[in-house]
Amino acid sequence: MTSPVPTPLHEIHQALGASFTDFAGWSMPVRYGSETAEHHAVRTTAGLFDLSHMGEIEVTGPEAGRALDHALVGRPSAIGIGRARYSMICAEDGGIIDDLVVYRLEQERYLVVANASNVGVVAPALVERARGYDAVVRDASAEWALIAVQGPASAAILAPVTDLDASSLKYYAIDAGTVAGVEVLLARTGYTGEDGFEIYCAPSSATAVWEAITEAGTPHGLQPAGLACRDTLRLEAGMPLYGHELNRETTPFEAGLGRVVSFDKPDGFVGDAALAVRRDEGPRSVLVGLVAAGRRSPRAGYAVVDPDTGDEIGTVTSGSPSPTLGRPIAMAYVRPSLAAAGTKVHVDVRGSREDAEIVDLPFYSKK
Amino acid sequence: MSNPTHLSYTAEHEWIETRGDVARVGVTAFATEALGDIVFVELPEVGSTITGGESCGELESTKSVSDLFAPADGEILEINAAVVEDPALINSDPFGAGWLFEMRVSGAPDLLDAAAYDALIEE
Repeated sequence: MTSPVPTPLHEIHQALGASFTDFAGWSMPVRYGSETAEHHAVRTTAGLFDLSHMGEIEVTGPEAGRALDHALVGRPSAIGIGRARYSMICAEDGGIIDDLVVYRLEQERYLVVANASNVGVVAPALVERARGYDAVVRDASAEWALIAVQGPASAAILAPVTDLDASSLKYYAIDAGTVAGVEVLLARTGYTGEDGFEIYCAPSSATAVWEAITEAGTPHGLQPAGLACRDTLRLEAGMPLYGHELNRETTPFEAGLGRVVSFDKPDGFVGDAALAVRRDEGPRSVLVGLVAAGRRSPRAGYAVVDPDTGDEIGTVTSGSPSPTLGRPIAMAYVRPSLAAAGTKVHVDVRGSREDAEIVDLPFYSKK
Repeated sequence: MSNPTHLSYTAEHEWIETRGDVARVGVTAFATEALGDIVFVELPEVGSTITGGESCGELESTKSVSDLFAPADGEILEINAAVVEDPALINSDPFGAGWLFEMRVSGAPDLLDAAAYDALIEE
């Protein structure tokens, strides 16, 4: 075991009293105080996250867009300059290798953001799949720190510290400018279900960006926020997490994300034949939301059971008490025939059958 | 982190305050910090018998569920209704208002003093 890598903001996190967790080879702040308070701060004002563990892969060249069209399930060649798209990279059998955000920074320059745990697989796969195209793939993860400010006050907090017009930046758009006087890429993206921004900067600039946003945000109620609340925020927002809802045994169609797959691409794409079959046959299981009746939370790996027959009809992929709803919530894959909202099910919570109801995702939508 | 010296401890991060053959039991600050915000607690029933080292309840936080291990053999005399109602008390005051239950201890349980427990959690 090699020891986990600190982010460029590690000393700041230590000074803030963070608890750390090893995550995909990184030492990441899991919470600073109460993760519930951090969760509520993001829902009501703003939270500040260090996401420097995320992987950044640059794809450049005249055929960068075509290479990505072939490599991913989406159609990055159709993304406008300065815009972003959620996408996935799948294996030949249609299984999801990772979910990604693809930013088109320039006509011939893309930034592909991968999960920290997968960048070591995604970057070589992109290199392999770009072969034969006039494009260069480069894992630039070490060159980027990533800081997110998420929550309804985010645009107001950023306004005094950036030369960009944050409030008029569109959702899933990105622009180059400065924050705290240092060069950044400012994107209106996130993983919390709230308005917010993700700020890509050089690791050497991360402290300046973090401190400027902290200073501007504290009067608004901004709090530093760790990975624990990031997980409950994304769960409430119904957003899948790789390793839980998404994995190599799952295709975008099970995850309810068939819309991200574009079959209409001239060169085809890796996994297209298998995914076309899955599209036509329909998914074998579907991702649903669960709300538990009691106080015990369904957790990843717990069985979902048909209360009438006692048959196992699915498996929980993520679950937690929801700070916003005040009740346990979960996502689960269940048989399509029993996936309708309103269906009453049981979840096997460590040997005891707990009542739950299938609900539409997301659990929470911002007003 | 300083653990109160008047308490005894288990390797499973419970504390025990003994008064004669009656003991008050809770979990340590080290445990609550590892768990995160506790949102649900299941305690043994009053009158039930518990066996040292075996699970007698559970603590559920946003992130995980942990078994609560009986620190000693004995009978449950009282549970702290306040923490069942408001589990956040366990986080905010683990050695005080966040106590979990009182029990009548039978036999002599194998416990750690504060110095030994401090050393354990330093590892």
